[in-house]
Amino acid sequence: MDRIKQIYNDEKLLKKLQEDQNLTIEDVLENEMVINMGPQHPATHGVLRLVLRLDGETVVGIVPELGYLHRGYEKMAENMSFIEFIPHTDRLDYLATMCNNVGYVLAVEKLAGIETPKRAQYIRMIVAELSRIAAHLIAIGTFAMDVGAVTMVMWTFREREKVNSIFDRIAGARFTTSYTRIGGVASDIDDQSIAEIAKFLTELEPALVEMDKLMLSNRIFIDRLEGIGILPKEDAIALGVTGPNLRASGVEYDVRRAKPYLFYNEIDFKIPTFTQGDCLARYFQRGDEVRESVKILRQCLDKIPQGEVIANNPKKVLPHKTKIYSKMEELIHDFMIINFGINPPVGDTYFSVENPKGELGFYIVSNGSGQPWKLKIHSPSFCNLQAVSQLCKGAMVSDVVAIIGSLDPVMGEADK
Amino acid sequence: MNTKELIIEKIKEKFSESVEEISDFRDDLSITIKKDQIVNLGKFLKEDSDLQFIMCKDVTAIDWATRKKRFTTVYHIYSFKLNYTLRLKSNIDDDPPTIETVTSIWQSANWYERETWDMYGIKFLNHPDLRRMYMPEGFEYHPLKKDFPVLGIPGSLPLPNKAD
Repeated sequence: MDRIKQIYNDEKLLKKLQEDQNLTIEDVLENEMVINMGPQHPATHGVLRLVLRLDGETVVGIVPELGYLHRGYEKMAENMSFIEFIPHTDRLDYLATMCNNVGYVLAVEKLAGIETPKRAQYIRMIVAELSRIAAHLIAIGTFAMDVGAVTMVMWTFREREKVNSIFDRIAGARFTTSYTRIGGVASDIDDQSIAEIAKFLTELEPALVEMDKLMLSNRIFIDRLEGIGILPKEDAIALGVTGPNLRASGVEYDVRRAKPYLFYNEIDFKIPTFTQGDCLARYFQRGDEVRESVKILRQCLDKIPQGEVIANNPKKVLPHKTKIYSKMEELIHDFMIINFGINPPVGDTYFSVENPKGELGFYIVSNGSGQPWKLKIHSPSFCNLQAVSQLCKGAMVSDVVAIIGSLDPVMGEADK
Repeated sequence: MNTKELIIEKIKEKFSESVEEISDFRDDLSITIKKDQIVNLGKFLKEDSDLQFIMCKDVTAIDWATRKKRFTTVYHIYSFKLNYTLRLKSNIDDDPPTIETVTSIWQSANWYERETWDMYGIKFLNHPDLRRMYMPEGFEYHPLKKDFPVLGIPGSLPLPNKAD
């Protein structure tokens, strides 16, 4: 009611309303229409806002608008110690929390020069791959839901739920895990967790076959995706697209292979690529990557060595809580690390890992104090979103939803 | 000859008087170049057939707060041919800070430079679309500058009106 009152009080608006008497059908056909999509729109995967210029049903131009979830993590990072920032990495790509945890601590370890025990590195690999599977499953499920296949999202969430239960057992939290520590991981994984992971993998494989059967015998699904949103190889590189979206365009670039971190050089896995670069290729790409992750996980479970899960480096690595209460040395180190930080040497490093969405990089500048002087998050979703305006040009309105779904952005990461 | 030596030699050959510093910390090669040469260097690195740094991964800046050259812009570029990520840096001493854009070389720098402008207030000259990336239009400050308080500035963002 107030709104209507407002209109009648607004002279300019009222005048416009009274003057505009002759609206005809031709107006729609002749004029371009500008519409707003989002930020609250189920198909934009969070709070992404798009402004579209339409000619009939064809998209002439599209402008993405970011920042609705901007929490200023880079600013916050400059005002907290390196250890305090670990929980915040959960909130970047909140569908693959473990991958972010692993990426961040590896970046800090590179800067501070900390060696991590092999068992901890293997555990990190296991949780990162589990997280990748979960994130890709959600990507596939929500993508299918966006284009109208609602069953799929139930099936993928069912499988992802198992990953969450495993994380609950390993890390004590299902979603915001904060599992890794600088110099290792928070707690060792036990035999039952390993058995649960193995059980999950055996259940996942038939489920993947089932899902593919569901989707690929679906004519509507294929027709809506095939040849839509084609991203050529050269454009993908020029636009800075990384991850599955880049590989679906035919570039065989995976940080796990290009610059192996953890122990990915000891693992035998393929990098699936597709050449079409359309929405359907991006769907297949994620499915294939899940299968490769299953292979990696199987090898990790076989190869995981016994030993410590946290580095013995008292000046840089937090001691275990039980030791703080009983030992003087540990108490002192805990006090120093918590209050003054780990003080990495002066310098700057860039470290990147392969996340489900693409290449997640951390550029850290240290001035020798306990807090980073600058911490820049190179987030894959942000880079991938830059391709939206090019992909959507000339597409239909309904394709916009499919294209965004296939790029799979997570706004928590894109907005930082 | 390994990759790093090749890159250093190639750059020194052509830009010997413009290179200010070459540092190698934790196996990350970083090259600081004079501000006015950044576009030429970028073009050279992209087009040289032995180097082919065709992908720009990131553009950002560092606010040194107390230094005379207060800002440093940082570029991370990647070459598929060499499988190498190189860091370029450029110190800015003018106030307000400005630097030439690299969008003409790497298209992806468009958004990265918008973000840097938003966060640090560095004007990228000849940028095709230099708007704010995250903060709302009309916001006066640049949040990642060191003189911007962590808690924000009261009144800088308009709050919705109280319900009657």
